[in-house]
Amino acid sequence: MSLLRLSGVTAFYGASQALFGVDLDLREGEAAALLGRNGMGKTTTIHTIFGAPRARSGEIEFDGRDITSTPTHLIARLGIGLTPEGRRCFPNLTVEENLRAAARPGPWTMASVCDLFPRLAERAGQAAATLSGGEQQMLAIARALTTNPKLLVLDEATEGLAPLMRKEIWASVRRLKAEAGLSMLIVDKSLRELAEIADRAFILQRGQTVWTGDIAAIDDDLKASLLGV
Amino acid sequence: MKREPLVNAALFLSLPAVALWAVSTDEPFTITLATRTAILALAGVGLNIALGQGGLVSLGHAAFFGLGGYAMGVLASHAQTQTPILEWPVLIEGATSMPLIWLVAMAVSALAALGIGALSLRTSGVYFIMITLAFGQMLYYFAISWPAYGGEDGLSIHLRNSFPGLNTLDPIQFFGLCFVLLCAALLLSARLKRSPFGLALNAARQNPLRVRAVGVRPFSLRLTAFVISGVITGLAGALFADLNRFVSPSMLSWHTSGEIIVFVLLGGVGRLFGPVAGAGLYILLEQLLDGVSDYWQVFLGALLLTVVLIARGGLIGALAGSEVAHD
Repeated sequence: MSLLRLSGVTAFYGASQALFGVDLDLREGEAAALLGRNGMGKTTTIHTIFGAPRARSGEIEFDGRDITSTPTHLIARLGIGLTPEGRRCFPNLTVEENLRAAARPGPWTMASVCDLFPRLAERAGQAAATLSGGEQQMLAIARALTTNPKLLVLDEATEGLAPLMRKEIWASVRRLKAEAGLSMLIVDKSLRELAEIADRAFILQRGQTVWTGDIAAIDDDLKASLLGV
Repeated sequence: MKREPLVNAALFLSLPAVALWAVSTDEPFTITLATRTAILALAGVGLNIALGQGGLVSLGHAAFFGLGGYAMGVLASHAQTQTPILEWPVLIEGATSMPLIWLVAMAVSALAALGIGALSLRTSGVYFIMITLAFGQMLYYFAISWPAYGGEDGLSIHLRNSFPGLNTLDPIQFFGLCFVLLCAALLLSARLKRSPFGLALNAARQNPLRVRAVGVRPFSLRLTAFVISGVITGLAGALFADLNRFVSPSMLSWHTSGEIIVFVLLGGVGRLFGPVAGAGLYILLEQLLDGVSDYWQVFLGALLLTVVLIARGGLIGALAGSEVAHD
């Protein structure tokens, strides 16, 4: 059954159109990659799922409900957890406060996210602004998890991090897939690591879905023409 | 970071210390000053929940302060003249029991805050300031033009209202009552700040969109904070009117709103004990400088400028460091 479905979604920033028809179909328990070169609409697609900006036309469905015009906070409450690009923790709250501020009941608690990211337990009383980039990233993922989502959206979760930190975060994301069976939509530049986690991929070009398929089926031609790698 | 609890404790204990010292040296006026400080601090604690925790600059908190005052005035004056407030459809009599008056004052303030908040929170920034100001002034002019309760002259009552088991006419006992309420409000404010609600409110002040993306609606957070804030300020208004045994439209005017903001600013915005420090400093300056010049508020203005320009954390910030405690 499909958990998240976008069909023909268009969106605008003011007068300029950013999405020209995004189609995406994510099944329950599946991890999917959203790929494309810079400026092709990956992050805009994610923001549009959350209703900011609103889809001008097309349909967004989550868990069997039409959420095209649902208020942002209700979309999140329906069960989409976002780890936004650039991490965006609440800087002057501590780690623990960041996690408590938005927590909703469920299997993911302070204890279980600290099991996934032991560093967060060590830093529980520290202000989020004083964490390293990688630790903030962990906190952003943990914050999304403690809202106990049905779908976790990771937007550039390893961007700009040191290689060791990237490895640690990828390992945790793999655990989420393998142990928790969490549905995920992942935007990332690193195809190699994504291929180990994601089942399928959607490639965007100029605000449109131009390719959908098994992530293993992305060949060198496709990489060169659509991903620029 | 660890100094703040010490500063708080010192500030906090100085208030009853001054009052008790005044009892031993038989200076009832000083007790009254301490009582006034406690009451104004209580009003500030209320505003600090909206302003400090929620980032809502309300220039209309006099509305709740005044409504609390008028709740006391109306109930007590009817009780004293033994005329019912309402005979039909239900008989409502006046009252002189403080707990009942407080409840009415808080309920009236809650209703007003709900209405004012629901409308003004649709705006933000300078528009929010202007709309809350407008609501406050509406009530102010209403109170002036409504003759039933004294109009512009205000309403005075002969006797302070009663509290079971206490003699409220004894200054130190009334001070004790106000001080206990201040403690309760501070406790509530501290609990609120650490609760998930308070954390989300704090986060919404910094970035509402981010809060929405984790599934919390900033409007509901702010409205709840605004109502809690109004209720506490309303309670302070009822106490203030009881202290003076007098309530007048000036309690509703925007000067009062401004003064409550000044307490919070002087003490330190968002600091738990900020309003206590601010109200204390304000009363102290008023007493010390009033003898020097009738225009003592010039000095207050200079101090306020210093705080806003240089010492953002207010008095608490200056004493305890700029780091906000996360305990």
